[in-house]
Amino acid sequence: MSTYFGKRIPRNEDPRLLTGQALFVDDVQLPDLAHVAFYRSPYAHARILSIDVSAALARPGVIGCYTAQDLGDYWSPGPLLVSPPPTIERKIFHQRTQVPLAKDKVRHVGEPVVMVVAESRYIAEDALDDIWVDFEPLGVVVDLEQALQTDAPLIHEDLPSNMGAQVIQEKGNYETAKAQAAVIIARRIVYDRGPSVAMENRGVVAQWDSRTQRLTVWDSTQAPVFIRGGLAAMLGLSESQVRVVAPFIGGGFGPKIMMFYPEEVLLPWLAIRLKRPVKWIEDRQENFYATTQERSQIHHCELALTQDGKILGLRDEFLHDGGAYMPYGLTVPLNSQANSLGGYIIPNYYSEFKAVFTNRTIVTPYRGAGRQHGTFVIERLLDHAARELGIDKAEIRRRNFIQPEQFPFNNEIIFQDFAPLMFDSGNYEPVLDKALEMIEYERFYREIQPQARAEGRKLGLGVVFYIEGTGIGPYEGARVQVEASGKVSVATGIGTQGQGHFTSFAQIVADQVGVRPQDVMMVTGDTDQFHWGAGTFASRGAVVAGNAIHAAAQDVRQKILHHAGEVLEAAPDALEIVAGQVRVQSDPTRSISLGKLAQRANPMRGAVEPGTVPGLESTNYFGPRYGATAFGAHAMIVEVDEATLQLKIHKYVVVHDCGKVINPLILDGQIHGGVAQGIGNAFYEQLHMDENGQLLNASFMDFLIPTALDVPHLEMAHTETPSPLNPLGVKGAGEAGAIPVGALFAQALEDALGLEINEIPISPQKLFELTATAEALA
Amino acid sequence: MKPAAFEYIIPESLDHLLQIKAEHGDEAKPLAGGQSLIPAMNFRMARPSLLVDLNRLPELAWLHVKDGELQVGTMTRMAELQHNPTVAAHVPLIAETVPHIAHPQIRNRGSVGGNLAHADPASELPVVAVALGARFRAISASGERWIPAHEFFLGTFTTSLQPQEILLEVTFPTRQDRTGYAFAEVARRHGDYAMAGVVAVVSLNAQGQCDSAQLVYLNAGDSPTPAVTAAAMLIGNSGTPAAITAAAQHASMEEIAPYGNLHASTEFQRHLARHLTQQALKTAFERARAEFLPHP
Ligand SMILES: Cc1cc2nc3c(=O)[nH]c(=O)nc-3n(C[C@H](O)[C@H](O)[C@H](O)COP(=O)(O)OP(=O)(O)OC[C@H]3O[C@@H](n4cnc5c(N)ncnc54)[C@H](O)[C@@H]3O)c2cc1C
Repeated sequence: MSTYFGKRIPRNEDPRLLTGQALFVDDVQLPDLAHVAFYRSPYAHARILSIDVSAALARPGVIGCYTAQDLGDYWSPGPLLVSPPPTIERKIFHQRTQVPLAKDKVRHVGEPVVMVVAESRYIAEDALDDIWVDFEPLGVVVDLEQALQTDAPLIHEDLPSNMGAQVIQEKGNYETAKAQAAVIIARRIVYDRGPSVAMENRGVVAQWDSRTQRLTVWDSTQAPVFIRGGLAAMLGLSESQVRVVAPFIGGGFGPKIMMFYPEEVLLPWLAIRLKRPVKWIEDRQENFYATTQERSQIHHCELALTQDGKILGLRDEFLHDGGAYMPYGLTVPLNSQANSLGGYIIPNYYSEFKAVFTNRTIVTPYRGAGRQHGTFVIERLLDHAARELGIDKAEIRRRNFIQPEQFPFNNEIIFQDFAPLMFDSGNYEPVLDKALEMIEYERFYREIQPQARAEGRKLGLGVVFYIEGTGIGPYEGARVQVEASGKVSVATGIGTQGQGHFTSFAQIVADQVGVRPQDVMMVTGDTDQFHWGAGTFASRGAVVAGNAIHAAAQDVRQKILHHAGEVLEAAPDALEIVAGQVRVQSDPTRSISLGKLAQRANPMRGAVEPGTVPGLESTNYFGPRYGATAFGAHAMIVEVDEATLQLKIHKYVVVHDCGKVINPLILDGQIHGGVAQGIGNAFYEQLHMDENGQLLNASFMDFLIPTALDVPHLEMAHTETPSPLNPLGVKGAGEAGAIPVGALFAQALEDALGLEINEIPISPQKLFELTATAEALA
Repeated sequence: MKPAAFEYIIPESLDHLLQIKAEHGDEAKPLAGGQSLIPAMNFRMARPSLLVDLNRLPELAWLHVKDGELQVGTMTRMAELQHNPTVAAHVPLIAETVPHIAHPQIRNRGSVGGNLAHADPASELPVVAVALGARFRAISASGERWIPAHEFFLGTFTTSLQPQEILLEVTFPTRQDRTGYAFAEVARRHGDYAMAGVVAVVSLNAQGQCDSAQLVYLNAGDSPTPAVTAAAMLIGNSGTPAAITAAAQHASMEEIAPYGNLHASTEFQRHLARHLTQQALKTAFERARAEFLPHP
């Protein structure tokens, strides 16, 4: 019964997006709108001695300047968004969350200190130059390892050290396993990432309507329902007085999750205070400091194996850069901890991390959310092991894969959703085999590479495997209604940032209700339309909201058949719904349209049976027991110019399994985008910071992201191992493309150049240093 | 990222423009394509109080060959340099180099004069100008003067233009017989300012021996950086691999002075410059030799 599910259908939202008709936060124009700019700390770490805004206030067009002092009781550190899993026993966590405006001290460059509101953004920015803040600079902590030295300056002075958290997770006994191992592969591995550089920066518009006593907030958030609840509580309003709208968003990637960013908390407060609508749109420079990002982890890890390449155990001790505050708990390092296990049977595991406060922008999940780091650890260690043991690199992976019959597979550690890290389903070997076939693995090593070498060309091949935990709880919900027009409206609480929800969700509904996807009108992320659910993150939209929509649509189908059965005098199961008409299967001339049924279900005169619920409508929810685990393999052939150390990617292959595919076109798009970001992470993007905590490349001039010219054509294939955890059998796909690219680049470049790479990002400069070192050693 | 307040004038004529410059000097910034000036203003690194828009004066945008020179009006867009067949025919080095400058959108707006007056040491066109011995025509309300390329670029973002002057025109000598021109650079991504780059020009005598050579580098100091000694090492040579290697070695290790940046250390820049010099010289010699063949 799937006319649309699984089809490559062009996206319903594209005409609007491509013709500039979609609403983004900055498109919200309101009469009397005032504009906000922030005075942000120029220091990475300093005490605030005094603030003088008098000159700014005197500037014509300035409406107000607000410091922490002016916020009174409204000033409070932000909420802890995700607590560390209560189910993990061996942990320390010091809760320190960001403040709306810095009070006594600033802890990273770009931390907001003064909010200025003016008649235009131009004037507001002019006024920033008028503000005088007397800072007393303090010692700065940017280096992860130095941060933990006893003489390091303290970022939170009430803590004994800059360690924000420590977690130990263990399964089996690594030391025993190590004693039996034939080889131990030990390395220091550094994996760094940067900002997610969404095309649209953040933005907030807030409007207080005194007549209706309602607050409306347009917010570039991935989780409007959370924000509404939080704002209502902070502002002392009823939740019904607050409407949060997450309109179209030009890329979320994680940092636009329910952060309660200072700007998100301050603008609504200001709108109520001024009784004037206010707007703040983040500019690109602010984004480098003020929007959360991901960064470095330093791993000291070792893998213990038998002579034939079977993993006996893994030990991993790592430092994680948390930035100045840790409002998002430990999601990122916990994901790293999970992904270091890869898709492999690792009977003994010891993993310990320390999350470290630094004088840098806050770290929270960004597409992949720590999975990159973990994947890099295990994939690198396996590559080194394969070389040391003389085993083919594909083969060593094959020998350690979790086997199809072992699912559901319990990894015996706790995952970010507090539940045990269970892999619901999987079939790994076919994915690897397909990737090897598509990249012509055998031929490459038999013919292509030897021939290239004979010509003095440096060609390398990489092939890596990864898993992606997706679709975690708690739950999402949706309301589906057939309208009198015969068209269908659907509302869900999650926000949309380019995932194609208006199409893939419409496909799910269309199949149940018997209309075309174009006839399904989706509303996402408007709390006046639907106010339950968590949000779009952790590759959970299709899994959790998709199944909630499916459940509600199934209910509506039953109602349709029930009503139609009465009208057509037929049993519901003798009916079918085709092109908006319900008809008797055996006699299609007996039929009635969905619109007529919708009217019948909503009578305007006469009496109904007691207990009648009007409408062809249902609201339903879905919450999975635990997450669904997707997986895949990437393979690539790359050529390195030995003199310039520039790369040319000859071929890039992705084989991916995310269970049942709703819309292959949208899925391809997700993978493309992910791989592009992965390539950025692997080879282009790096935040350069000096020892004073000043970012040296806070613009696209020097912070390089890959362009269309730098992202190769991708060859893609999919296998389908349905998830048993949800009726649609789907798994998430949002982060997959980005996860293994660093590991892939390292392996392929190693193969091309014959040197060892244990860090990402890599660059021509780094390759130059590594080759120089290799030559010096040779 | 909003500029500080400024006045904006569209001058009615060149004379009007020069009057404004005479009155306001450096405070009146010519606005050409805006591809460097506007970002600098948005970052508030530049805060001119007055912008004088050059875009509406048709007499500033033109291009022709005359008296053995390619003469280019300051507002000629870089896209025009890239695509106009006259340029490719008479100064092939320019047509070869311009595609490396930024991206099509930027070349559509960015002007020849704006690029040169901006005087970014990492920029391509200034290097071409110095290597070819271009001349710059500066004009002010009190008259005009010609400045040779090597005297025009004084340092990073600094030229010998006086506060009351604007750049009106630049002329490049057209291609010479038995002369080979080549450009080579390496950038992180296509269109980025390069980590290293070089223009090589070699002229051969009737016997096929080099009788003059130029090597000029971008991103190798404060302004376009010639390697005079290395170029001189080629005189009398026919472009043997050994001679090319020696010149490249000398130029990259002894003569240029790259500062290093986030994308390439000084050592890496020198390494790249050496490689690029070899490549460019090889091409330039080949092209010069091809000049001996009858033209098709
Ligand atoms: C993304 C990007 C990538 C780029 N990559 C490259 C690159 O690889 N190589 C490269 O060379 N450039 C590069 N550029 C710079 C670009 O080429 C320059 O911005 C452009 O050449 C400047 O020309 P413009 O006409 O836009 O000048 P404007 O930005 O308008 O002006 C630049 C400066 O010159 C002054 N000026 C302009 N005309 C005159 C005149 N007639 N007399 C006196 N002063 C004048 C202006 O007052 C200003 O100070 C890049 C730019 C961008 C945005």
